[in-house]
Amino acid sequence: MVENRPWVTFFSHAVLILGVLAVAFPLYVTFIASTLSLEQIMQVPMQLTPGDRFVENYAQVLSAGSTKGSKAAASQMLINSTVMAFVIPLGKMAISIISAFAIVYFRFPGRMFVFWMIFITLMLPVEVRIIPTLQVITDLKLNNTYAGLTIPLIASATATFLFRQFFMTIPDELAEAARVDGASPMRFFIDVLLPLSKTTMAALFVIQFIYGWNQYLWPLLVATDESMYTTVIGIKRMIVGSDSANEWNLIMATAILAMLPPALVVMVMQKWFVKGLVETEK
Amino acid sequence: MAAVSLRDVRKSYTPELQVIHGVNMEIKDGEFIVILGPSGCGKSTLLRMVAGLETITSGEIVIGDRVVNNLEPKDRDIAMVFQNYALYPHMSVYDNMAYGLRIRGLSQNEISERVNKAAAILELKRFLDRKPRALSGGQRQRVAMGRAIVREPQVFLFDEPLSNLDAKLRVQMRGELQSLHRRLGTTSLFVTHDQVEAMTLAQRMIVMNAGNAEQIGAPLEVYAKPATTFVAGFIGSPPMNLMPKDGKLLGVRPEHLEPCAASEAMITIDVDLIEPLGADIIVYGHEVKPGGDPSSARVAARLPADAKAQAGKLPVRYDRANEHWFDPQSGKRIDA
Repeated sequence: MVENRPWVTFFSHAVLILGVLAVAFPLYVTFIASTLSLEQIMQVPMQLTPGDRFVENYAQVLSAGSTKGSKAAASQMLINSTVMAFVIPLGKMAISIISAFAIVYFRFPGRMFVFWMIFITLMLPVEVRIIPTLQVITDLKLNNTYAGLTIPLIASATATFLFRQFFMTIPDELAEAARVDGASPMRFFIDVLLPLSKTTMAALFVIQFIYGWNQYLWPLLVATDESMYTTVIGIKRMIVGSDSANEWNLIMATAILAMLPPALVVMVMQKWFVKGLVETEK
Repeated sequence: MAAVSLRDVRKSYTPELQVIHGVNMEIKDGEFIVILGPSGCGKSTLLRMVAGLETITSGEIVIGDRVVNNLEPKDRDIAMVFQNYALYPHMSVYDNMAYGLRIRGLSQNEISERVNKAAAILELKRFLDRKPRALSGGQRQRVAMGRAIVREPQVFLFDEPLSNLDAKLRVQMRGELQSLHRRLGTTSLFVTHDQVEAMTLAQRMIVMNAGNAEQIGAPLEVYAKPATTFVAGFIGSPPMNLMPKDGKLLGVRPEHLEPCAASEAMITIDVDLIEPLGADIIVYGHEVKPGGDPSSARVAARLPADAKAQAGKLPVRYDRANEHWFDPQSGKRIDA
């Protein structure tokens, strides 16, 4: 904008800075708390400069969890979360892109019916169907397994819908040109559609990675064994009782560990992510 | 290269909705045929039926000596150029041209030989590594043609390939298409709504209207002897003047009208619109009837650039050899 109104500039900057502080300050406090000893945290007011327990606290949670609450090691929890956060988006994409391909490019009886069936499941998130789903998983003896953690979250109308919308923006002539070139439908899918979907897949991956990483309610029910805790569950299990009974320094260290991977994924994938949401490469 | 026959080709989407009403045509080996018509006349549908992208409801399409009705596009030995080019956006120019050949399992050497040859013909050699989005419209158009050429097909199918280009480029590509056809001699079917493209490119053309082939013939023959009032009104710019006379329709082309003295006027035009085009002047107006009939026909005349065009009465005459007669009911030509 080519405007020179100092008060507007001042005011808008002030609002933005306040917003940043509102978001960043709690993160800062979390980080500081994770470097203090329990006694230092309990002092009022809590100090706002880093303490000297950084290495000890993180070594403790990574290897053995807390001493009073859950003893699950954060390293194992991070692995569990990572598995979940990778398997869910990859599984979703694999299934969704093929369903979207079928719905957009093939004329079969009941095509629209199938589409609407998929679409309607948007109204049934995990939380709504959680009890029957848990029953199914328990009957299949998948409690405390990676399969049990991930499979119920893989089926996804969102991703199917996203890919469908993307495929519909691809001109029909491209499919026809491929037909004239002699490409079979699967060949067209692999040689043309998949490469064109790269940015959409990247955007979807980022969104679904965070979705998988932040899952709370489902792992809370399925992962009852300490070795299967995800990071988010681990934090919950470290909180055992009244305020003073908790080792807040260790809990905060775990919280910082839980925040890092999604932040990392967003930072690494940001360029692709934005492309996937705005760019149409046609 | 091959001859193509269309035998009573029909297409309907539902029993009530028929879009092609039986087209018959024998296309000779190596001929350049233009299918011309206004939008929605079924010309693209007809081409897509030859390509195998639309099913044929009844009738037969023969390419070479094979009935291709139930063959997949890839088995028909055709290549198609689409209006929006339909280039694969993520592939380089080279890969776009090579893709169909790879699927056919040609050797790398043969593929590179064919692609390089086509790129040389189309002056695309410098762009082989580029992606389509880094090319101009004319260059993309050339890539689309290159993709068709490397296939060395029996028949080229062009679906309005020039209509996305600007006017100047269109003229240039028209010339290149002509020389390309002279060079390769491949049977070609070219769909367009632009009569100039049709007149300049076609060896023979099909004028289509509402799913019917109104006339099939060489461009000048179609121009000189339009078979129906539709053809008369569609070809020529401005189109042929049609005036009711003695229970029939009299047709005279604007360029055949010449200003004359009022005494020898065969038609008098009440001019109300003048378009000077530089090379000539086109005047429009109502035909003046003896009784002052207000529902008289619109008439256009093409006058030489030095003519004094002004609004008001303009007496014109024409050579009787240049008049055409049509039946007002059927629209068919009446030959004397």
